[in-house]
Amino acid sequence: MKHEMTYDKELAKRGRKRAMARAKSYWQLYLFLIPAILYFGIFRYVPMAGIQIAFKDYNLVGGIWGSPWVGLKHFIRFFNSADCWMVIRNTLTISIMGLVFGFPLPIIIALLLNQTRSKRFAKVVQTVIYAPHFISAVIIVGMLSLFLAPSTGILNQILRLITGDKTISIMFMGSTTMFPWIYVISEIWQNMGYNSIVYTAALSGVSPELHESAIVDGASVLQRIFYIDIPSIMPTIVILLIMNTGRVLTVGYEKIFLMQNPLNRTASEVISTYVYQQAFGASSVPNFSYSAAIGLFESVVSLTLLLIVNKIAKKYADMSLV
Amino acid sequence: MSANAASARAKTKAMHKREGSNLFHFCNYCFLGLILFIVAYPIYFVLIASFSDPAMVNSGQVLAIPKGITLEGYKAVFQDDAIMTGYKNSIIYTVTGVFFSTITTVLAAYSLSRRDLPLRPVFMMLIVFTMYFGGGMIPTYLVVQKLKMTGTMWSLIFPGMIVPYNLIVARTFFESSIPDELRESAQLDGCTEWQFFKEVAMPLSKAVIAMMILFYGVAQWNTYFNAMIYLGRYQAKYPLQLVLRNILIENQVSQEMLGDVYQAALQQERAGLIKYVSIIVSAAPLMILYPFVQKHFVKGVLIGSVKG
Repeated sequence: MKHEMTYDKELAKRGRKRAMARAKSYWQLYLFLIPAILYFGIFRYVPMAGIQIAFKDYNLVGGIWGSPWVGLKHFIRFFNSADCWMVIRNTLTISIMGLVFGFPLPIIIALLLNQTRSKRFAKVVQTVIYAPHFISAVIIVGMLSLFLAPSTGILNQILRLITGDKTISIMFMGSTTMFPWIYVISEIWQNMGYNSIVYTAALSGVSPELHESAIVDGASVLQRIFYIDIPSIMPTIVILLIMNTGRVLTVGYEKIFLMQNPLNRTASEVISTYVYQQAFGASSVPNFSYSAAIGLFESVVSLTLLLIVNKIAKKYADMSLV
Repeated sequence: MSANAASARAKTKAMHKREGSNLFHFCNYCFLGLILFIVAYPIYFVLIASFSDPAMVNSGQVLAIPKGITLEGYKAVFQDDAIMTGYKNSIIYTVTGVFFSTITTVLAAYSLSRRDLPLRPVFMMLIVFTMYFGGGMIPTYLVVQKLKMTGTMWSLIFPGMIVPYNLIVARTFFESSIPDELRESAQLDGCTEWQFFKEVAMPLSKAVIAMMILFYGVAQWNTYFNAMIYLGRYQAKYPLQLVLRNILIENQVSQEMLGDVYQAALQQERAGLIKYVSIIVSAAPLMILYPFVQKHFVKGVLIGSVKG
């Protein structure tokens, strides 16, 4: 009995020691986290507190906390403005077109690359088509405006060569009907290769035995693509499709901002660039509160959409696992 | 014997089938070849246009090979103060940014990769949340302004220092490549967390460090937007992309670069040449480096997609 007690004590002592040692080691791990905590606190969470200016009339004297509350004034003004529907329509047009035309191509590329007999050819194609992803938005738009220039641009020159009509001089960058096409096509050009990586990886997980036995059974390449390859990457396809659908209200501003000019503005102004224009643009009186309200509208709707599609994706992923 | 014969017959049949699908393979090569051409040609065209006589470029004579070869454009660009200062600034910002970003991301990712870390799910949730919701452009700007960072290089380093996606990629890497048993046995031998991190975990994690350096480096080198809002009138601090924006998109080719050309048409030609050259000069570092580091990017995408 006595012996047992000392044993227990001994154990407890050891346990305490171990707990102490563990706490000490965690203390070091928390130290590793400090810079990240500071970063997320200052640059991600403090700005969230600044969202309140969307419900205030921000002025320099009052600052974020001292400016007067105005309720939903800025939201009401935005929904009643003519620009509201213009920017929402433009945003949706561009992102839906991007989804419809940009989504299938990476899948097709990955499927076809997977079937090439020459691995070296596949490697060359991959290396080249991933590359544009690393070109900056400034350079992409610079190339667009050089290629699409009315008189000197190569596209107009090629059109002149093909048709023999020397007077052709289309102002691509100034056209509102062509704007979404130019944006979406350049986006596809830049990212189709990079976006195919995920599918290529999924395809490399397909067991070669499946293909071998299908070949023995006399299946053609196309049959093997449709009955083996596509079904095996289907979960990846569906999940990416769902996630991309959740982002329809988010069109990145970096590139589209550079493509804007007074001629195409009615087709090129999207929510994110409109937020910038209201706060920093030369054409309007700077209004931080109004701008923050529009930004908040965008992020709340996007977040809701993402949560919804995330639920769907989870459900699908669960189902596909069974 | 007969089984062998059967499999041999099956093989011939398979070969036959493969022969029969030559049409498919022909079409496949054609399609991929076309994609290859569509992606590569615009880049190739910029390259040859940067060496060619701008008059011939503008009249459509330069399509396949450079014509009227000239180095005038390169001479003008390399002598231009704005571009050279932008280049220098971009190198400084990229090196500094990569330094801060990689260290903080790797440290935090390592810590969060530990399943036994108390409060780990809370930290992860707080980080992942920022991927989907944020204060937005204006409130962030006000914070940067309050910290008196506007107009300094720090406004380009700190507001985007840690990218949650990269953090998650690094964390996933640590989770899968540093076995718990290894650490436990090292700790039994009296190894502290820091020692284990430095002596064991880091040497095993060169790949993820390379990935982080590349992800952050490319992003920092390519971005212009933060510089545009935060640097304002401090032109001497502009990174290369912002200088390029002025040249390529705002069409502000400086008088020095145009040289002693005064005729409007000739000026326009020369401005075009300068633009082609600026694109090549500024994209060159990444394009030259790219083939050597491509595999790290691919790996990063794959780790990220497991999470997605």
